[in-house]
Amino acid sequence: MSPSDLALRDPVVPEATIARQPDYLHAKQTLSSWFFTTDHKRIGILYLVSITFFFILGAIAAGLIRLSLLVPNGSIFSNDFYDKMFTLHGVIMVWFFLIPSIPNTFGNFLIPLMIGAKDVAFPRLNLMSWYLYMVAALFTLICVVLGGVDTGWTFYTPYSTFYSNSWVLPALIGVVLIGFSSIMTAVNFVVTVHTMRAPGMTWFRMPLFIWSLYATSLIILLATPVLTITLVLLIASRAFGFAVFDPANGGDPVLYQHMFWFYSHPAVYIMVLPGMGVMSELVTAFASKRVFGYRFIAYSSMAIAALSFFVWGHHMFYNGMSESASLTFSILSFTIAVPSAVKVYNWTATIHKGEVRLDTPLLYAMGWIGLFVVGGLTGLFLASLAIDGHVHDTYFVVAHFHYIMVGATVEAFLGALHFWWPKMTGRLYSEAWGRVSAFLTFIGFNVTFFPQFILGYLGMPRRYNTYDPQFQVLNVVSSAGATILAAAYIFPMIYLIYSLFYGERAGPNPWDARGLEWTTTSPPPPHNFETPPIVDFDPYDYPSRAPEGG
Amino acid sequence: MNPQDYTLQLWPGAASGMAHQVDWLIIAFTIVTLFLVVPIFVCFTYWAWKYRRGRNVDRSHRESRNVKIELSWMLIPFAITLVFFVWAARLYDIEQHPPPNAMVVQAIGRQWMWKFQHPGGQWEINDLHVPENTPVLIDMISQDVVHDLYVPALRIQMDTIPGRRTQLWFKADRTGQFLLECAEFCGTDHSEMAGSLIVMTPAAYQAWLAHAGAEPSLAAAGKMLFSSYGCSGCHGPNSTVRAPSLIGLYGHPVPMQGGGVLVADTAYIRDKILDPGKRRIAGYKQVMPRYAGKMPEADLLRIIAYVQSLGQSGGGA
Repeated sequence: MSPSDLALRDPVVPEATIARQPDYLHAKQTLSSWFFTTDHKRIGILYLVSITFFFILGAIAAGLIRLSLLVPNGSIFSNDFYDKMFTLHGVIMVWFFLIPSIPNTFGNFLIPLMIGAKDVAFPRLNLMSWYLYMVAALFTLICVVLGGVDTGWTFYTPYSTFYSNSWVLPALIGVVLIGFSSIMTAVNFVVTVHTMRAPGMTWFRMPLFIWSLYATSLIILLATPVLTITLVLLIASRAFGFAVFDPANGGDPVLYQHMFWFYSHPAVYIMVLPGMGVMSELVTAFASKRVFGYRFIAYSSMAIAALSFFVWGHHMFYNGMSESASLTFSILSFTIAVPSAVKVYNWTATIHKGEVRLDTPLLYAMGWIGLFVVGGLTGLFLASLAIDGHVHDTYFVVAHFHYIMVGATVEAFLGALHFWWPKMTGRLYSEAWGRVSAFLTFIGFNVTFFPQFILGYLGMPRRYNTYDPQFQVLNVVSSAGATILAAAYIFPMIYLIYSLFYGERAGPNPWDARGLEWTTTSPPPPHNFETPPIVDFDPYDYPSRAPEGG
Repeated sequence: MNPQDYTLQLWPGAASGMAHQVDWLIIAFTIVTLFLVVPIFVCFTYWAWKYRRGRNVDRSHRESRNVKIELSWMLIPFAITLVFFVWAARLYDIEQHPPPNAMVVQAIGRQWMWKFQHPGGQWEINDLHVPENTPVLIDMISQDVVHDLYVPALRIQMDTIPGRRTQLWFKADRTGQFLLECAEFCGTDHSEMAGSLIVMTPAAYQAWLAHAGAEPSLAAAGKMLFSSYGCSGCHGPNSTVRAPSLIGLYGHPVPMQGGGVLVADTAYIRDKILDPGKRRIAGYKQVMPRYAGKMPEADLLRIIAYVQSLGQSGGGA
């Protein structure tokens, strides 16, 4: 640890904290003060706890999947159990972890702080969104307790409507409900960003995290209703025999696929964009340097949000879609790489000539770059028509979307957690353990998922409990990687909880970072700022000239 | 590559010219993308180390925007990758257009097996025997849920959809046994819906055909079903009172009720059997019952083959 790191952790408590009123965590400490809170910070914490719970559940399902795949003949778990595990893993990780992860925890906690507001625009709607999340979660848990669902998270028809003998309906109801929870949060964010910015906080003085969450919220608002409509039709089909997706009665199963992916492809950007926002904050804070190309990064978030609606067809190149449609969706999918690429290059340029501190959050950010770039470029492979004809629905796709959705989102989520943990809790964690975990996350992730690219190219289809023995070696490597990844997830849970009780107290700005959230105390008071801030400076106003050596 | 070969394998065997072309495409694409991304990894890591706090290095001339650089690293990589869009699209175009002389194999996917039927009527389950250096068109449909026929050694797959025909064609150029799988999740035993593609020399294929479960040809079997389902009662060669004769129907224009003309192809014949009330032809009352849900796909394709044969034998345009 360099001397500068030690200086950062200077335990001297700033004088201002001594006489101040209790922070948001200590203002009231009854149970009802948590369950009926309208404080965006407390709602963020409620989400953090619930999302972590579901992440653990989804991770256990993933562990069982990797356990089953140690052997090629399916002798560990039955096909039926395996199918239910990957469905549970997919449903929980997509809707109960990835989509709400960064927006609902850090978005809730940080948006008002970053734009200098007291709270979000609709605090009660915000709380209701959390309750809906919990009700949706209840339906999913009921589905698991009753015996699970085996359709895959995609719920393809007509398997999900007339052929599956599992508990499809409670799972669908859960997903429909959580969609409304997403919509409520998104409405809140959009209105908050439009109407609650502090005096002087113009659009181009907003932190890039706000831009990316604003873009994310627009996607959620426009895409989620389509999923709701699709799944309501699916529920009607399964419960009452509606024929809309039923080929035996003139319905069309491919129509379902189009409607489903019309939401679910933009949903990938709902998962990725918030992580990009986190990246902009981490890279600038740990390079202590103004971000390179602020406007391009801000505009590219909006470009991604817009383009994300035009690429869904690339999930259907090989289901009999017309050649002209396939060509169109292929080239549109190539274009969406452009705004993603500009961000990555700009962050790299931000590091150049910075004053870089290689602390835990930046290590997670570097992991993010590695995983996102691999995930993004293999996405271009999949957008290439003839390559997709080979690797579609194989482990290549599984590896690709784990790199981009999971790897990138989890790295960003953990990076954000380590970066804003002192702000949220007022405590510092063990930097050494943080760095170890960041390394393990990156290594574990690559050992788990890189072999899956090869497996996919060799021709192992996804969702297989039994497989050709030639695929076993790589599957064992992948499962071994999953144990490293498990350790990388368990360590932070331990040392972060430990830090709540024994960690050093953090000052208002332990990282010496810019941004309004670092101008208030850690943890912040219930109404965020002792005096409402006025913004007369640009974002990331780090010293434009580097200090002399030292 | 035999399935018995359990050693660690890093590249799949290839059994067609298309497979080699897809391999070259992905290899070239990988090399080019490495040129685009390795600089990111190297620069990010190297700069993060070189410019770490406390080191006395030159930090003058820091920039926080440079539109020219930004535009160039947006547009140049994009332009380079477009080459691969075109390359992949050209291969896809070949995949979409089977040669007219291709040998047609009918395939039906169902939970959890594949059924293949050769032009001479021979059928097999899960395995598919084909002659090498011969274009083979697989014309497929699903009887229940969505499946996906996938042969990694050919680098090709296609969804098999209920109620809708899809096609896939290939020309295998290497004899041997190759994995044939279902790639679209179709229920409990999805992972066991697998078999082999067996590519044989044309002579061996002929010998195999001679010994394979010889069922009458598709059209011949269809003729028997044509009477057992009662179709011949109205559509028989001598009956034109209640229903149109089917002789010379296939491939020829049909006058529609309410005007217009439609060419009777297999999709049309299939629709008329399943749901005769749809797309009615001029001059006849709608009396035929619906067969949707009452006729298995296997029977349906035989009857279609029979109707098709009537079109070729009689009529003449």
